[in-house]
Amino acid sequence: MKLDFSGVWESWPSLVHGTLVTIEITAASLVVGCVLGLLVGLGRLSPQRRVIYGLCTVYLTLVRGTPLLVQLFLWFFGLPHVGLILPAYVCGILGLGIYSGAYISEIVRGAIQSIERGQMEAARSLGLPYRMAMRRVILPQAFVRMIPPLGNEFIALIKNSALVSLLTIADLMHEGDKIISVTYRSLETYLAIALIYLLLTSVTTLVLRRIEKVLRSEGRV
Amino acid sequence: MSQPIVEVSGLRKSFGTHLVLKDIDFTVTPSQVVVIIGPSGGGKSTFLRCLNGLETAEGGTVKVCGHPVVEDGRMMPETMLDQLRAEVGMVFQSFNLFPHLTVLDNITLAPICLRGMPRKAAQQQALRLLEKVGLADKVRAYPGTLSGGQKQRVAIARALAMEPKVMLFDEPTSSLDPELVGEVLQVMRDLAAEGMTMLIVTHEMGFAREVADVVVVMDQGSIVEAGPPCAIFTAPRQARTRSFLQTLLARQIADAG
Repeated sequence: MKLDFSGVWESWPSLVHGTLVTIEITAASLVVGCVLGLLVGLGRLSPQRRVIYGLCTVYLTLVRGTPLLVQLFLWFFGLPHVGLILPAYVCGILGLGIYSGAYISEIVRGAIQSIERGQMEAARSLGLPYRMAMRRVILPQAFVRMIPPLGNEFIALIKNSALVSLLTIADLMHEGDKIISVTYRSLETYLAIALIYLLLTSVTTLVLRRIEKVLRSEGRV
Repeated sequence: MSQPIVEVSGLRKSFGTHLVLKDIDFTVTPSQVVVIIGPSGGGKSTFLRCLNGLETAEGGTVKVCGHPVVEDGRMMPETMLDQLRAEVGMVFQSFNLFPHLTVLDNITLAPICLRGMPRKAAQQQALRLLEKVGLADKVRAYPGTLSGGQKQRVAIARALAMEPKVMLFDEPTSSLDPELVGEVLQVMRDLAAEGMTMLIVTHEMGFAREVADVVVVMDQGSIVEAGPPCAIFTAPRQARTRSFLQTLLARQIADAG
């Protein structure tokens, strides 16, 4: 058997388009996930505030305990039954963002709690209120520690984004399926697509490693 | 006798079922240097941390610089404690410098954020303080590159930048290599000479004898005795003070031998 990439090669414009859509969807859901993850992570730091802590824990449990595909289908196919019809793009971005937000919140909480207690005590002793101490002293240090696990999360997000092809979004995966329906070259097409995903995840890894290195330079922790 | 700057009465605090502070009564007048000594686990650090609200007290009343910290066992709200903490400097055993900020930014952070001091003025003040602790050449350094003694001197400068009325020192030299202890004690000696009100938890008996106006011996959550250093060190009235000083002396002789 011989591999024949000519069909895939000829469809490069749709692969480029698909890749751009995948990047767009991933980037947008990354923003949603990071904002949500930061808020929920901070919310779960103080169990004394029962309502906020409880809400954040319910969110975390529901989102981490159910399959991403089921969540995406609930957004796209489920919500219209209660009269809420969101565009496929919005469903994809919200679905992915809310899903990864749960994991990011645990990364945020873990990194903050890994900062020595003395840092908060020193900041508070100077008179800084809790929020200011968190923003100026704790979070900048915690952020550096978040980068490696966040990198894993970003990569998972890029790969998970292939699921939105099932919501009629013309992402990389979806474009691949269209090429196959014309050329019948499944092996070659999926190989090409896998390569593009690999490229996206590798670049992400490199960029994050670079950022971490800069932040850790000059004796900073 | 001038108005007390620290007033503590009936202070109680426990960790779980273990009572660490048992009805402490104590006052400090401005410019007094109080050194608190005693065996580990005696409640010295907890007592100090109750004075700026880092620990939640369960009973009694604490008033520092005119601000109530605890009133009849009720902790004041955080917003009030923040105001008090801005007037009370604290120096920790483990320095707790902010590792992501330069020495300069460590010192200017609070004055800029809380006092609204212009950046330029805050930096000039920081430079003056660094000169005072002998580290003017380290302005741009990150804490990770400093020795323990240098870190602690920066930590003192950071606390002084808020122009505190009282300074609390929680075993400031206990995690330092022996040869670095002197430089930190010298800075503290200078501060005492300038009339700063200081409460110091330490195991440096020579320093206590030389600088303290009052030496307080704490053990098992109570003040065993308090008095001028000459009385405490040469003629302790309480058996527990004597046994503590003897153990300490034995250890120092053992170390020297």
